[in-house]
Amino acid sequence: MSTQTKSSTIDSIVKMEKLNKWYGTFHVLKDIDFDVAKGEKIVVCGPSGSGKSTLIRCINRLEEYQEGSLTVDGVALNEDIKNIEAVRREVGMVFQHFNLFPHLTILENLTLAPLWVRKIPKKEAEATAMEYLERVKIPEQALKFPGQLSGGQQQRVAIARSLCMNPKIMLFDEPTSALDPEMISEVLDVMVELAEEGMTMICVTHEMGFAKKVADRVIFMDAGQIVEQNNPQEFFDNPQNERTQLFLSQIIDH
Amino acid sequence: MDNTFTPIEARKPPSGAIGPIAWMKASLFSSPVNTILTVFFAYIIIRFVPPIIDWAFISANWVGTTQEECTKSGACWIFIKQWFSQLLYGSYPESLHWRVNLALIGLVAVVVLQFFLPQHLRRRVGWVSLLVYPLISLWLMYGGFGLETVSTDKWGGFSLNILLAFAGILMSLPIGIVWALGRQSEMPFVRVVCISSIELFRGVPLITILFMGSVMLPLFFPAGVQLDKLMRAFIAITLFQSAYMAEVIRGGLQAIPKGQVEAANSLGLGYWKTMRLIVLPQALKISIPNIVNTFIALFKDTTLVLIIGLFEVLSTIQAALQNSNWLGGHHIEGYVFVAFVFWVFCYTMSRISVHIEKKLDTGHSRS
Ligand SMILES: Nc1ncnc2c1ncn2[C@@H]1O[C@H](COP(=O)(O)OP(=O)(O)OP(=O)(O)O)[C@@H](O)[C@H]1O
Ligand SMILES: [Mg+2]
Repeated sequence: MSTQTKSSTIDSIVKMEKLNKWYGTFHVLKDIDFDVAKGEKIVVCGPSGSGKSTLIRCINRLEEYQEGSLTVDGVALNEDIKNIEAVRREVGMVFQHFNLFPHLTILENLTLAPLWVRKIPKKEAEATAMEYLERVKIPEQALKFPGQLSGGQQQRVAIARSLCMNPKIMLFDEPTSALDPEMISEVLDVMVELAEEGMTMICVTHEMGFAKKVADRVIFMDAGQIVEQNNPQEFFDNPQNERTQLFLSQIIDH
Repeated sequence: MDNTFTPIEARKPPSGAIGPIAWMKASLFSSPVNTILTVFFAYIIIRFVPPIIDWAFISANWVGTTQEECTKSGACWIFIKQWFSQLLYGSYPESLHWRVNLALIGLVAVVVLQFFLPQHLRRRVGWVSLLVYPLISLWLMYGGFGLETVSTDKWGGFSLNILLAFAGILMSLPIGIVWALGRQSEMPFVRVVCISSIELFRGVPLITILFMGSVMLPLFFPAGVQLDKLMRAFIAITLFQSAYMAEVIRGGLQAIPKGQVEAANSLGLGYWKTMRLIVLPQALKISIPNIVNTFIALFKDTTLVLIIGLFEVLSTIQAALQNSNWLGGHHIEGYVFVAFVFWVFCYTMSRISVHIEKKLDTGHSRS
């Protein structure tokens, strides 16, 4: 089903081959072959428990896998802690529940990793942080604590925090599903802007409007497998697999 | 009725003040059970408090220097007065008491520094003072480098309790942190070693550890090397205390959501940086009440070193009670005094802990 050509795999920035993962005896990812080209925007969808989070969490090694191979930005992800940290420096992640550090101010949240991981001077790190806060449109919140912000603002801070590390890939795990409806668009707007700037993005989301707007490819997962993948137009208008058809009918029905 | 919105002027909340009679009715005699309890406690207070006040203050003996001058029926505080220096300093040479005083003042200063310095100074000055103070106070207490040496068997009294407790606290916090982290390690060997050692020290009474420390520790040292008795007590106390501290901190660590570690990891922070910058600051903060509890317990437990022959405040009292000039039975005065001093210190510590909690509570969490 994959339409990957030889040429596009050469400059692929994420490359999974026959990846398998188990939680104990539970086979959660099955023979996953998955390539992401530089600058590509991918939306991953599928029913709850299908392994979407697990899949993208493998890419920055928040989860380990047992079989197959995974290369991110030319670095093979294996047990080697050096490789893992090298990959994590280049891969940003945004979580469903924001996971901001509640004991640090917004500005400190943003400068922490640049200071301690990239060893950038404080002045410079703060200047960069303020730039990104402007971009997500909340520079005036810099000195507040996360608990003082709304959900949508917190998620935008979380995105800015990842961007401060100047990552090559951004992973999003249902970034809007913990938000009240009126805050979803402010977060999606930031993500659309990011996509327009050419960031490589892998997004787990059920925001189909977002998928249609920015995705180069939509991936449908079920029961630990990639069932179908296609460009958004084809994927939504002309789904091939009956599992996909059922899923789409369900999420569009309500 | 027109449709313009007229705001209602804000009013003061209804006053909570009520008359004394109404207050008594509401809080003391609101039900039969409540009334019975009120009467019961009133009886207890009337029956016991005046005699205690009479004994401790009104009929107490304050002036004089010998037992014979205690002629009134109340407490003989002359006993405490005459032994006060011993109770505070043990057999530390009188002309050198200033060194103990200086060490104690330094201790207060260090504690105060931790809480009242402005934020940006507190990080640096606070930590440095915590590291430097023990060395300075050890030098003051023991001597050397230009000061007259005072061997540890002369140390004693309440100052010994305080210094032992503070040294134990200072050591057990870092050891407890490492121990607690080890307990959660992903390396099975580290984990097993940490769990079993914590459980070992936690499962044995402190007295037993003190005995074992004074009897068994010397066996591990080559013949001829004499490990100081106070040092042995200190090691025993520190191990015991660290095991408790490890459990307290583990409780705090477990309360930190996994997402915090994941977010830190995803930003490229390694294990130690994640712990130091993200997990421990949050975990220690929520552990403060329990940490202070174990501190208070440790402080009181320092009296147990009397069992291996160190002259802390309780054993000083016992020695004083056996002095031939003071055989008139001043046990009550002695123990009441010790109890009172300990109470003052422990209560102060718990107040300080409340203060720290308030100070650290950024108070901004909405969720
Ligand atoms: N730590 C774990 N231990 C055991 N099983 C797990 C663990 N994490 C996830 N699972 C299981 O693995 C499966 C896939 O989980 P995953 O979180 O990847 O699903 P998902 O597609 O992201 O679902 P959702 O839409 O609900 O977030 C689920 O059945 C889940 O119960
Ligand atoms: Mg998920």
